[in-house]
Amino acid sequence: MSRVLVGVKRVIDYAVKIRVKPDQSGVVTDGVKHSMNPFCEIAVEEAVKLKEKKFIKEVVAVSCGPSQVTETIRTALAMGCDRGIHVEVSGKDYEAMGPLQISKIFAALAKKEEASLVILGKQAIDDDCNQTGQMTAALLDWPQGTFASEVTIDGETVKVVREIDGGLETIKISMPAVLTADLRLNTPRYATLPNIMKAKKKKIANMKPADLGVDMVSRVEVLRVDEPPTRLAGVKVETVDDLVAKLKANGTI
Amino acid sequence: MTELLQYAFPESQSFAVNMFKGQINPSQVFPFPSVMNEEQTQFLQELVPPVSKFFEEVNDPAKNDSLEKVEDSTMESLKEMGAFGLQVPQDLGGVGLTNTQYARLVEIVGQHDLGVGITLGAHQSIGFKGILLVGSPAQKEKYLPKLATGETLAAFCLTEPASGSDAASIKTLATLSPCGKHYILNGGKIWISNGGLAEIFTVFAKMPMMDEKTGQMKDKITAFIVERSFGGVTHGPPEKKMGIKASNTAEVYFENVPVPIENVLGEVGGGFKVAMAILNNGRFGMAAALSGTMKGVITQAVDHAANRVQFGSKIHTYGAIQEKLARMTMLQYVTESMAYMISGNMDSGSKDYHIEAAISKIFASEAAWEVTDECIQVMGGMGFMKGSGVERVMRDLRIFRIFEGTNDILRLFVALNGFQDAGKHLKSLQKALKNPLGNAGLLAGEITKRAKRTLCASWVVFNGQYGCIVMLFLLSIADEQFVLKRVADSAIDLYAMVVVLSRASRSLSQGHASAQHEKILCETWCIEAYDRIMKNVKDLKSSSTTQVFKNMKAISAAVVENGGIVAPHPLGF
Repeated sequence: MSRVLVGVKRVIDYAVKIRVKPDQSGVVTDGVKHSMNPFCEIAVEEAVKLKEKKFIKEVVAVSCGPSQVTETIRTALAMGCDRGIHVEVSGKDYEAMGPLQISKIFAALAKKEEASLVILGKQAIDDDCNQTGQMTAALLDWPQGTFASEVTIDGETVKVVREIDGGLETIKISMPAVLTADLRLNTPRYATLPNIMKAKKKKIANMKPADLGVDMVSRVEVLRVDEPPTRLAGVKVETVDDLVAKLKANGTI
Repeated sequence: MTELLQYAFPESQSFAVNMFKGQINPSQVFPFPSVMNEEQTQFLQELVPPVSKFFEEVNDPAKNDSLEKVEDSTMESLKEMGAFGLQVPQDLGGVGLTNTQYARLVEIVGQHDLGVGITLGAHQSIGFKGILLVGSPAQKEKYLPKLATGETLAAFCLTEPASGSDAASIKTLATLSPCGKHYILNGGKIWISNGGLAEIFTVFAKMPMMDEKTGQMKDKITAFIVERSFGGVTHGPPEKKMGIKASNTAEVYFENVPVPIENVLGEVGGGFKVAMAILNNGRFGMAAALSGTMKGVITQAVDHAANRVQFGSKIHTYGAIQEKLARMTMLQYVTESMAYMISGNMDSGSKDYHIEAAISKIFASEAAWEVTDECIQVMGGMGFMKGSGVERVMRDLRIFRIFEGTNDILRLFVALNGFQDAGKHLKSLQKALKNPLGNAGLLAGEITKRAKRTLCASWVVFNGQYGCIVMLFLLSIADEQFVLKRVADSAIDLYAMVVVLSRASRSLSQGHASAQHEKILCETWCIEAYDRIMKNVKDLKSSSTTQVFKNMKAISAAVVENGGIVAPHPLGF
């Protein structure tokens, strides 16, 4: 039980007002505030807590993307991760990057680093795919504990309480395993200035997808991105009969 | 007053010092300083998000205000965050920030909670700043580590019931003990921020000393590092204040406190200089914090104006609101430009920034008051309600024109400092008047001719009048504070013009997306500043203004003699 890999994604900050690019190929990212995906923060927090409770020895933070993602890795280091890995992806490859490519990278790294656990956020707030954790587990043929709201390590197994539509489901899976963090798993700590200073001394290794034998070719092509339709004004009616009449008139019933 | 004028720099690079000599020395103002290296910039960029997040999500300014203290959990988190030792060197347990980096973080605090700002500032900006500036290596090693983590808090103890602006008149007394190993401290200080919380006090006390020149005993001030644990240090209950309620303000009493002679801070008898150095060194922080405060309230005003509909249109389409929002924006732009120009100059090693620092304190505190007041006006009734939070900011801001050197005193300081070398420079003045902006490379070509002309014109007029003012000074009429105030106001406007010209020029030459907007801000500011300077100078020349000054003296004398309003009631009773 030595090493945990945590994935951290650099996304547009949740408070930013998103704008679609004029050519409708995507959203505006230039000059826009970015930060760590909130679910990734929760994943980092869980990994650091496991280390503090001495269940694991080392937490490695991993991010894929251009040079800016090192900011996100450093935030993870400031929260308590021991070292980082920056998988360099840029240009068209970065724009087209999705769960399939990321999960291949994580699967390769999990083997290379001999990780006992891979902890990811359940989904990213930009694409809301909710696929990377599941795909990574499948590629590795490892058990998965997704939508985790509680994680307990017991010897070589992990007890995971999962948030599901009907309520909560508790499962026991053996390690190595992939976990994805849901909202209520924990409350991420604030990076303190002294920890940010200490993080400067921690190492971030660089590598390319090719070094891990991963091909980044996308099987998905984005045709167009549109803003959601503007909400139309509502109409007030006086009585229930009026309401029924209007609904019949516009073909709803 | 003369003790304030101890800054004599023979070859000063300060723009303000040279301005008063009738010379333009652009080295510190053009181009706009950019002083951080890549590592410092990157480090600062990592610090801003967690600090912002903390103040947005955890700190509760309304709660701190109603509890009249910073919530305990918030204080703990601030200590863990390292917020109490931002400028303490890293090897002594602090974050080791430069002035520019410190300014950027303090701006975030100012934007959210001035009560917390003062708690932090009273501790590190003045409370233990003396140890950082003039402390011995032993004193630094002994005290800084615990101060940096917030394990001990610090307070700056200068003001007494009978000594506020007249700081040199303090009466707290330090006498050498018979054994010669301690000074015994006796006295009382009032309105001490962190007075009820601090463990370490920087205390200023007078000591009778032999004046070597005259052979007579004279009272000189000495600064001491006093620990509460020395015994004899007590404090009063927290003062009930108009604003910054979360900050603890209390009286501190010293009764036969034994202070080891090793705890003298700086030179024996050199305490006044230490006090001035501390206040001077921390002043840029105020401009930075208040530029953040203004940013915050402007966002609220804009949000309201952009959404509120009256008479069928959003209110931001009306001229009256547009003028308010524009003025608020300009005042914030100038303040922010001053803060970072001064912090940049300080980080580049400048030692004579005292006039600029004083100007920035005066400007920032008055601008913030005006901007927040106008924000409430734009928001209408909502602005007056506790829920929107702006009234709290207004209450918090009032003290900023008073403490750390009242704006009235600082104006006199700015004007009188300028005249120190007056006599020597009348000759060089005449040369400078002929070609004020001789070096065309000063301003980016794109700054319109108009802005350039207004700066030149103000310059010429200010300096043209400077000659008369110098004569007035030499004829001892410069004790006329009416005159000095107007000279200071003109100096402040001139520095403000230079600062925005520099910043807007830089944006234009760097091709920023906002450059055109900044150019308009800069132009508009310069046009109005020029008008103000012209008016001030005209007033100083006119005989009707002299009459007005005489009249004001008479009015004041009359109401003082009468203990209040003199004119009988219009109704006769």
